[in-house]
Amino acid sequence: MDYIPNIIFAIILFAGIGFFARNVKKLSRNIKLGKEVDTSDNKSQRWNNMFRIALGQTKMVVRPIPGILHIIVYLGFIIINIEVLEIIIDGLFGTHRIFSFFGGFYSFLIGSFEILALLVIVAVVIFWIRRNVIKLRRFLNPEMSGWPKKDGNLILYIELVLMVLFLTMNASDYQLQQMDAAHYTKAGAFPISQFIVPLFQEMSMSAIIMIERSAWWLHIVGILLFLNYLYYSKHLHILLAFPNTYFGKLKPKGQFENLEAVTKEVRLMMDPGADSFAAPDENAPIPEKFGASDVMDLKWVQLLNAYTCTECGRCTSECPASQTGKKLSPRKIMMDTRDRLEEVGKNIDINKGEFVPDGKQLLGDYISHEELWACTSCNACVEACPVSIDPLSIIMDMRQYLVMEQSAAPSDLNNMMGNIENNGAPWPFNQMDRLNWSKES
Amino acid sequence: MENELKVPTMAELFAAGQQPEVLFWVGCAGSFDDRAKKITKAFVKILSKANVSFAVLGTEESCTGDPAKRAGNEFLFQMQAVTNIEVLNAYEIKKVVTACPHCFNTLKNEYPGLGGNYEVVHHTQFLKQLLEEGRISVEGGQFKGKKITFHDPCYLGRANNVYEAPRDLIRKLDAELVEMKNCKKRGLCCGAGGAQMFKEPEKGNKDINIERTEQALETQPDIIAAGCPFCNTMLTDGVKNKEKESSVAVMDIAELIAMAEDL
Repeated sequence: MDYIPNIIFAIILFAGIGFFARNVKKLSRNIKLGKEVDTSDNKSQRWNNMFRIALGQTKMVVRPIPGILHIIVYLGFIIINIEVLEIIIDGLFGTHRIFSFFGGFYSFLIGSFEILALLVIVAVVIFWIRRNVIKLRRFLNPEMSGWPKKDGNLILYIELVLMVLFLTMNASDYQLQQMDAAHYTKAGAFPISQFIVPLFQEMSMSAIIMIERSAWWLHIVGILLFLNYLYYSKHLHILLAFPNTYFGKLKPKGQFENLEAVTKEVRLMMDPGADSFAAPDENAPIPEKFGASDVMDLKWVQLLNAYTCTECGRCTSECPASQTGKKLSPRKIMMDTRDRLEEVGKNIDINKGEFVPDGKQLLGDYISHEELWACTSCNACVEACPVSIDPLSIIMDMRQYLVMEQSAAPSDLNNMMGNIENNGAPWPFNQMDRLNWSKES
Repeated sequence: MENELKVPTMAELFAAGQQPEVLFWVGCAGSFDDRAKKITKAFVKILSKANVSFAVLGTEESCTGDPAKRAGNEFLFQMQAVTNIEVLNAYEIKKVVTACPHCFNTLKNEYPGLGGNYEVVHHTQFLKQLLEEGRISVEGGQFKGKKITFHDPCYLGRANNVYEAPRDLIRKLDAELVEMKNCKKRGLCCGAGGAQMFKEPEKGNKDINIERTEQALETQPDIIAAGCPFCNTMLTDGVKNKEKESSVAVMDIAELIAMAEDL
């Protein structure tokens, strides 16, 4: 009978991890719906970017207040998770504070965790105030109403509850240690939770054990639930920020890719030896679609970008179009891409591994022409992203589809392109007049 | 005309069996836009003064294709690129300088993949080098005590990480360089990029160039310096909109250097 808690623990643990693994598989399948892209180059620079940007949080501190608060929460969660390792071992083997044999070092660890937990609580409360009381503009854009707003707050609540449970667990444990309760090894330092201890002093030992056990169980179950919540929320960035910064763009930001399919056609057109009246080859492959109208037309790195986005909105708050009241919001471009990708993924789940056209696509049903044409391609969004997401590349791919597949450019741009085609300049001036400036005084 | 500029073309030099040190890529704005032509001329005057052997393509130059590419027309972009590359390669061009960050970005980053490999520099980088090599000298006297703020062109700054060359030149003018609250990596776009120059903006509550001009005016400058013909147009319009054109000038770095040299 003594093994029942251990068995229950093992079941919960493996169910939690198993369910998470299932979602990771789904995530990876969805990302692979994107087109191939070679990312095998410049490995050392890629690792460097990952260490600097994701691990080192270098871009977070461009905005110092949220940057430092974020570092606290980030460090808190990484470091306090060493404690989770102990909890898992204790849970599986029925031990209590298995690492306590480290002695003084153990006290140092537990003490540091407690201080970090308090800092995390403070940071989370400030984050909540920024979202709900101060109402920072970037949290109020139209795309943030409904679920995204709830999602953001829910994450803060979960983090708060987990930290409170951790401190409650320690406080009750500390009290039990002082009462010489069986199994409660005297170990650890409790610089923060000692202030909660007075709450327990009037209680019986069995009541405190109840509290300690409940906090212990709720804490670990909470962590497993949070792990599984990630896939359904914007919070995947805690994992995906690492691959995303690794696979991020390395070329100068101004360099847009040259479409290879177009290069082939252009070479053919410019080849004086090519027979322009030749009958089309019946076995020729279907010409590649130019640009993107749906998530499958994007590259897999762009889809990874979409899942990595945590909707912080730094891109949108730096975007000149967004700042001046245009509909475009780079964050919405990423959220739409993710939401559409999820929809496509669910479609594939329902239809036994095959996507059945649903009469919808990213262009039009999620992202409007108006948003796409408002972009100045200034790269402010790309620069602002703390985890190397590139919303601009998606906007440009969709513009390519609009222009090359649908001839749906705004008429002013059609005029501009007509001028380039005819006179080699975006304005209707004759190419033969190009040097006239040198003769004007 | 006595103040007619001497602007050799590649065709002339090639016929004479000469190869210039650098090709000056004038760009469409620099060739046709009345405001931008002044920048072109100022830059040519500096090149002549410094005895730089340069040439332009003249009537053989054509749009790099940048606005077409940013508008989504990859076909037109590549047609332009391939045509231009044929011309540039036929003249065995090694080094290109341009006063337009859009041309600069396209020539430098997007032409190599299509067979056009050149050393491409922005005119502010080139001018800085001339200064360092002692080929030009700048007397900053007339700018003494003046406040100059520099607007980073997106395609020079964020797109290609060139932030210091234009600023170094301004510092040489003895002027006070004042930074806007959004500068360098966080500089706000003037509103012209991504082919916006050639269309009406989408519906919003303000034009981007007005927003940027307001940021520039907050520094209470005498001169708003730019390094891009399109930024120049947008900011000039913004200053006019704010009715500040009598007290605040929008000028290209090349014009400032030419003025300092009394050219």
